[in-house]
Formats: sequence, structure tokens, C-alpha cells
Amino acid sequence: MTNFFDRMFGKNNKPGTGATAKARLEFVLVHDRINLPPERMAAMKAEILEVIAKYVSYDHEMVDISLEQRDRSSALVADIPFQKAKDVLASDEDYDSDLKSWEESKIQQAEAEFDDATGKAQDITEPSFIDDDELNPEAEGDDED
Amino acid sequence: MGARVVTVTSGKGGVGKTTTTANISVALSRLNQRVVMLDADIGLRNLDVVTGLENRIVYDIVDVVEGRCNLRQALIKHKQFPSLYLIPAAQTRDKTAISPADMLDIVAKLKPEFDFVIIDSPAGIERGFRNAIAPADEVLIVTNPEVSAVRDADRIIGLLEAENKQPGKLVINRLKPDMVKKGEMLSADDITDILALDIIGIVPEDEFVIPASNSGVPVTLNEDSKAGLAFQNIARRLLGENVPLMDLEQQPGFFRRLVKLFNG
Ligand SMILES: Nc1ncnc2c1ncn2[C@@H]1O[C@H](COP(=O)(O)OP(=O)(O)OP(=O)(O)O)[C@@H](O)[C@H]1O
Ligand SMILES: [Mg+2]
Repeated sequence: MTNFFDRMFGKNNKPGTGATAKARLEFVLVHDRINLPPERMAAMKAEILEVIAKYVSYDHEMVDISLEQRDRSSALVADIPFQKAKDVLASDEDYDSDLKSWEESKIQQAEAEFDDATGKAQDITEPSFIDDDELNPEAEGDDED
Repeated sequence: MGARVVTVTSGKGGVGKTTTTANISVALSRLNQRVVMLDADIGLRNLDVVTGLENRIVYDIVDVVEGRCNLRQALIKHKQFPSLYLIPAAQTRDKTAISPADMLDIVAKLKPEFDFVIIDSPAGIERGFRNAIAPADEVLIVTNPEVSAVRDADRIIGLLEAENKQPGKLVINRLKPDMVKKGEMLSADDITDILALDIIGIVPEDEFVIPASNSGVPVTLNEDSKAGLAFQNIARRLLGENVPLMDLEQQPGFFRRLVKLFNG
């Protein structure tokens, strides 16, 4: 009986391949329109985050950098929440020294990366910086919803 | 002043450019417009067979460009629709036989004599496409409700923007309302959402289209054909009439399905 109604009225609980087609098209067109393929996009995001990490501490879990469509033009929209203020304000000596060693380690890391990269921007895209999620088109599509 | 120049293009091949060109041209001529169809698909001439004019061809567009005949000699008049003409493509040459400047030249000469110049573009984004859009005042972008066709339409839209052409209008061809209803096909709304372009017509998949092209009698002449009616509506919209989009859902198909269901 369910089948009967399904056939008659096209009722279907799970979204069909039409919705998949739309999501895939949206993904592919975002990249087509600015001529930036997904892998390069992921590299760009990683690089942006590296620069930000040099100056402030941010919440890695909450980062959302994506391309948004406004009619036919695209915009890069970044939502990068900084680490909670109370972490920064807890000014006992332990914290200060923690912060200092953290800064030093970041500087070292940045210098090491600079050496690795021999100054060329596209070489900074080591796979380790690329979050697996960010390479996964489905994760990208889900963000839209 | 003079004719409106409408180019029918798509990016992806085989989505229905020639079918659209033939049908809206016939429909416009039946609405008392003087129409000339220009086949810009050099090397893959098709508009002649779709309109039943294949054995009337003496000269083609390359003959005009290369001076073997004058423009008037290359114009083929449709006997059934006296205000409809065709300038055929050459079949044995390629797209480089003419240039965008040649197209501008030819179209400038046609403009004072007609109300519409409708240009059938070849697939692709190369020379043939450039030729076809060079003289266009308006562009119709034909697409199918499929990922690859919509993607290619988007590319065309981008190229038209880069050429500072007016934004085109969409013809969504071969839509299957049943499948859309089941969620198994992109809907017209999905496509306009994605492409951010107005629709000038939705043409359903229709079993009358192939017999029509078999016999060289455009489907828009068939009163029983939904696709034929959709093409007529596009022609009327081109003329500024406010024709609502057809309700493709409400089809004879619904009752046919009912009957089938009870007869097993
Ligand atoms: N609405 C429709 N319903 C059913 N068949 C269709 C419909 N529209 C087009 N077709 C069929 O699709 C095929 C391709 O159509 P057509 O030749 O018009 O495409 P085209 O875009 O001009 O192709 P090309 O890129 O090769 O020039 C033809 O066989 C045609 O009969
Ligand atoms: Mg064609």
C-alpha cells in the first residue's frame, strides 16, 4: 500500500538524486567560477590559518572558511573564532610562561615552515596542514545546508 | 532598428539548440514575424533537415562569405511559412571558414529585412560559439536538467558576461515532470537557483520530437505535443507576451498511470 501511494504521489522520505545533483553542481560551480580547484582552495585555507596562528590563538574545531555565492559572484567567508577570552586573561605566572613557550614554539614552527617552503607560496601546502574534511566535497556540501 | 538578433547556444552538445531554433523560428513566423534562421554550425549542418529544407539548398553561408554568391541567393524561403527563411551552414568546411566579423557583416545586411534573426550555435566555446554570439542582441541558453549540461550553461553565462552581452535567458529542455516529482531530477527552480538566470521556457521530454525531426516538420506544428506548445510559448514570450509557465504536472500521464495501475 505504501508503494501504491509512493508511486501515485511521488512521495519519498529520503531525498532523491535530484538533491544530490544540486549539491554537486553548487560545489563544482563555486570552484569553476573563480577558477580555483578544490585542492588549491584547501591549500589556501591552510595557509590563511597558518598566518592567523602566528598572531592569535583560535579554536581549531570551530573554523569555517568557505566560498559563498551571491547570485553569480563568489565571496570568501571566514568564521574563525578566537580562543575564549578567559584563557587569555587568566594571568598567573604559569599561564604567562605557558604562553611564552607556546609563542616560541609557534615562531620556531613558522620559521621551519618558511625554510621548508623556500619562500614559494604553493610549496607551503604540505598535506599535514590540510584537514581531511576540507578535501571532502560532501563535507563542503553539508555546510551549505 | 531592424531585426532582433537571438542566438541559441548551450556549451554542451546535443541539448536541443537546433530543435529550439527551428521551433521558435517556425512559431514566430506563424505569429506573423519575418524570421531568418542562420545555421552557424559549420561542418555539422542540421537546421536544414530539422526544418525540412535540405533539398532546397544551393548556396550556404561560406559561399556568401567567400563571394561565390550574394546573400539573397543563399536565402531559402520556406514554402509553408512564407515569412520564414534559412541561411544554411556549409557541410564540408569547418568553423574557421568564417569569422565573428563576417557574422556581423551578414547579420547587418539581414537586419533591415526581418523582425528576427535566429542563430543556431554549435556546441562548445570555441570559434563557432564566438561566431554565433558576435552579432547577438539576446541569447537563449539551452540546458537539460543534468549536472553536466547545467555546468556547461554556467560556463557560457560567464563567457557572455565577459563579452558584456545582456544576461541570457534559459530554455530548460527535456525536463521529465515525473522524475522531478520523485526527486530524481533537477527541477526548473533548482536550475534557476544555481544559474541565477531567468527562464524563458521549460520544454518537457516529448515523444513527438523525434518523429517531427524524422519528417522535417517542427514539433511546434503538432497540437498534441507539449514540447510543441512549450516552444510556441517561448515565441510568444519573446514577443513580450506574458505567458505563464505551463503546468507540466497536470498531464494525460496521470490518468494513464491510474489506468495502468488498475489494469496491472
Ligand atoms: N524535448 C525533447 N524531447 C525529446 N527529444 C528531444 C527534445 N529536444 C531535443 N530532442 C532530441 O535530442 C537530440 C538533440 O537535439 P538537437 O539536435 O536539437 O541538439 P543540439 O543542441 O542542436 O545538438 P548539437 O550540439 O549537436 O548541435 C535530437 O535527437 C532531438 O530530436
Ligand atoms: Mg545543433
